[in-house]
Amino acid sequence: MQKTALHTLCIALEGELDHHNAPALRRKLDAALDRSRSGLILDFSRVTLMDSSGIGLLIGRYKRAKDRGGKLYVQNVSPHIDKLFRMSGLYSIIEKL
Amino acid sequence: MQTTDNYMELTFPAHSQNEAFARVCAAAFAARLDCTIDELTDIKTAISEAVTNAIVHAYPARSGKVLLRGSINGNTVRFEIQDFGCGIENIEQAMQPFFSTGNSAERSGMGFTVMQSFMDTVAVHSQPGQGTVVRLEKTILSQNTECLIHA
Ligand SMILES: Nc1ncnc2c1ncn2[C@@H]1O[C@H](COP(=O)(O)OP(=O)(O)OP(=O)(O)O)[C@@H](O)[C@H]1O
Ligand SMILES: [Mg+2]
Repeated sequence: MQKTALHTLCIALEGELDHHNAPALRRKLDAALDRSRSGLILDFSRVTLMDSSGIGLLIGRYKRAKDRGGKLYVQNVSPHIDKLFRMSGLYSIIEKL
Repeated sequence: MQTTDNYMELTFPAHSQNEAFARVCAAAFAARLDCTIDELTDIKTAISEAVTNAIVHAYPARSGKVLLRGSINGNTVRFEIQDFGCGIENIEQAMQPFFSTGNSAERSGMGFTVMQSFMDTVAVHSQPGQGTVVRLEKTILSQNTECLIHA
């Protein structure tokens, strides 16, 4: 599975993934998804907080990636955010590297 | 010992830039309980959910205000997030995982589920047309507090 992601663009997210910050991040990720056919790797090392707005944003980006024949991957997810991923079933659509 | 009661009250307009403001205030208020960083992140995330709901759902057609109250009793911190907006018709249904009336494709319907998993108690009171109050409660049993008690 690492191989699949080898040539995929990696984007490092930063700060707080909430409702207020979601629209700007959505625009950036959608622009990146339009450029990267294989999808995106999202690095969560520097994400300090995420709530359900972040879950919704990721589901939306997953759909967009899928429509373009690509996939979404995440890496360096903190234990707190990992809990959000698990409770919402995000790992069934977004692969953890 | 953590026996001195404390409380706080904040009012702010239902604007999205106040989401970060509200959760930072709540965390700063709770911090005197010697919470761990993880516990503070739990509180911040739950406050973010309730305040965001008031901002996203309560006032579809007009502007309005959000009230955040906090109180500390012993090792327990309680918060109330109140709005005076449209209210919730069916609270039980609203609290189900993945249930959302949000018109945006970007809502997951996980807000109440997140609150429940990060706080000890989540109680919702709502009257259609009157508004909604969400009560969140968390008891802090960190080792830091133990140390203080024995000091
Ligand atoms: N303060 C509120 N005023 C009116 N309706 C509310 C309020 N809070 C929640 N609701 C209703 O409860 C539903 C569920 O809320 P919840 O936070 O679980 O999901 P969501 O906000 O729709 O999506 P998400 O939080 O995942 O972005 C909302 O869709 C809305 O219908
Ligand atoms: Mg919500």
